[in-house]
Amino acid sequence: MSTLLRTLLATASVLVVAACSGKPDATTPTTGAAPPQVAATQSGIPGDFGPPQGEPIHAVLTSPPNVPPPIHRNTPARVIVDLEVIEKEMPISEGVSYTYWTFGGTVPGSFIRVRQGDTVEFHLKNSPDSKMPHNIDLHGVTGPGGGAASSFTAPGHESQFTFKALNQGIFVYHCATAPVGMHIANGMYGLILVEPPEGMPKVDHEYYVMQGDFYTVGKYREKGHQGFDMDKAIDEKPTYVLFNGHEGALTGDKALTAKVGETVRLFVGNGGPNLVSSFHVIGEIFDTVRQEGGTVEQHNVQTTLIPSGGAAMVEFKTQVPGSYVLVDHSIFRAFNKGALGILKVDGPENKAIYSGKEVDSVYLGDRAEPNLHAVATAAKANAAGTLSKEDQIAAGKQLFTGTCSVCHQASGAGLPSVFPPLAKSDYVARLAGKDKDALIAIPLHGLNGKVTVNGVEYDSVMPPMTQLTDDEVANILTYVLNSWDNPGGRVTKDEVARVRAKPAAAAAAGH
Amino acid sequence: MTPRAQALAGLLLAVACATAFASQYVPLPGGRFASVLPADGKTAPAQVAPFALRSEPVTNAEFLAFVRRHPAWRRDRVPTVFADGRYLSQWADPDTLGADALPAQPVTRVSWFAAQAYCESEHARLPSWYEWEMAAAADATRADARSDPAWRERVLDWYSRPSGHALPAVGGPPDLHGVRDLNGLVWEWVDDFNALLVGSDSRDQDGADKLKFCGAGAISMEQKENYATLMRIAMLSSLKATDTTANLGFRCARPLGDTP
Repeated sequence: MSTLLRTLLATASVLVVAACSGKPDATTPTTGAAPPQVAATQSGIPGDFGPPQGEPIHAVLTSPPNVPPPIHRNTPARVIVDLEVIEKEMPISEGVSYTYWTFGGTVPGSFIRVRQGDTVEFHLKNSPDSKMPHNIDLHGVTGPGGGAASSFTAPGHESQFTFKALNQGIFVYHCATAPVGMHIANGMYGLILVEPPEGMPKVDHEYYVMQGDFYTVGKYREKGHQGFDMDKAIDEKPTYVLFNGHEGALTGDKALTAKVGETVRLFVGNGGPNLVSSFHVIGEIFDTVRQEGGTVEQHNVQTTLIPSGGAAMVEFKTQVPGSYVLVDHSIFRAFNKGALGILKVDGPENKAIYSGKEVDSVYLGDRAEPNLHAVATAAKANAAGTLSKEDQIAAGKQLFTGTCSVCHQASGAGLPSVFPPLAKSDYVARLAGKDKDALIAIPLHGLNGKVTVNGVEYDSVMPPMTQLTDDEVANILTYVLNSWDNPGGRVTKDEVARVRAKPAAAAAAGH
Repeated sequence: MTPRAQALAGLLLAVACATAFASQYVPLPGGRFASVLPADGKTAPAQVAPFALRSEPVTNAEFLAFVRRHPAWRRDRVPTVFADGRYLSQWADPDTLGADALPAQPVTRVSWFAAQAYCESEHARLPSWYEWEMAAAADATRADARSDPAWRERVLDWYSRPSGHALPAVGGPPDLHGVRDLNGLVWEWVDDFNALLVGSDSRDQDGADKLKFCGAGAISMEQKENYATLMRIAMLSSLKATDTTANLGFRCARPLGDTP
């Protein structure tokens, strides 16, 4: 296929989307749009529209989840990008801190937006406080190392290189200094959008979401400062899989927002370093996906694969209100490693489209709560030695919602003949009175085999909740003991630590 | 203060420091050493002659004494071809440490030229990379502890700490040879820092340059115990001799048997 024909086809498909906001229809006429600029030039290189015109422009850089405004230019320009590398400590989850290496102070790094044919003058600055040298490899660059060869920068220095953005699309950038995997695992990635000359079809919201996997020495949600674990990274066994670098970056009061009937475009990247993302929005079907950030459009997509070091553009129109959950549909990553985000859609119900039931609480899990504030409060109080029973109950309730309510239900009622009830449970009451260690051992070591609760026999398997820390187990048990007419009482972190240190008892504790 | 009094003060300070931190040169045996940078670019071990190494990095107090003895190295007098604009900028004045530079902290924001000049004043030189790497491979009981995960953890732990906090004083636990603080305090200049990799402006992706790019960088990573050291090489090779950074100090070495 000739370059000209390919360009025209690609342009036509973009215009199709512009013409219709619902499910696209390939027969929609492409009227009313500006004529596309054909990618042929005096240099003969596709995407080169000649020398930059006018005064140099400073690129607007945005922090995630924001995207810089669309470009309304008809000519190529010289665009100056100033990006600073900052090494800083930030929370990776409630009560857990991590030393991130960042482009622009955020993970993912600042979003860069240029137009195809622009000459990009790139200034990479490495903060004087940095310990490490860094560089940048932009997948949108045509040239050795994607810029890495020209941007190796010591702390307190600045490198400059210039490239012409020849190919349109959404591209990952990342640090490529040895050991590359560690620089990426510490958060050194982001996205650069190269708009086609005619611009992107207008939408109501554009958002920036980027997945990454993180490898900490401690377990998932283990409190305190956590260092990078190279062995886990090499084994590709992440502790966290996250959208936008922090657990809770896109939930609670930081959820993405839209109104019913609006169009949403997500620029979804995947920094890796290791995992491939099965990106899915629960309750939405993507009207349009530009897979791998290329120009071919796919329609009516449920889940799109985003390679490590790749990105996609997904678009959809919201139809009914509710919370739509962004996940990596390799689903343990979502519910056990943090890969969750929320898009909150407000507006009138449309019962003809959907009966009105809300999104399943199982899916929302604890991340639907506003960022586990009670858990953080309890952790602080514990550190200060002022932890009260009320703190424990409040924290335990939020943790219970995330970890336990899936089976035992938020009401503690369980599911008849499958999951035993915790509410007004004679089993819980007996252990609380006679054998507290056995009670503590249940979340720590799991519970297999037959048990009789309130006169009903249950025979199923509860796996050990090894991801829970001692204080989390203590808080959950204290919440259970003080809820639903259970006998009350309190479990301390020290008691949990003592039981954890003992070998697991034989199955069917309590008999 | 008269120049003579100043010199005297500097001398006294130097004596005081020598007592306080007991900085001395301790002998290291040298020998064959499996460097992460093979001598022939493939597998050959490095040959290191016996040498003496300063037991601690040079401190602010020691460097202040040097600057007072050699005012040409004051930050307000040093030529820009020998040190960049941040040279000793953490000091309150060109000849006063102040609150942000405690006497026992290792001196940082020194250029390679300044470090070399200081070492000459101690009748020494900067260690070579091989000398430094060999010394840093030791722990409290072994000359080469690099295969022990605990050794690697110690190195990496420092990498994962952000540098916003004040530097600790010199004087960590001594290793087998009596040397302190090789890992975990500051980066340190070596004599041949710019020969470890070819210049970063080179588009030649063969040879040592390969360490800087994705694919080959990942290959090097297969040697798990080496990547901690490779990061130091990456850091050193990003520098020019005039550069100074907030985490970069130095110590000196001299051939064995040489005394001032």
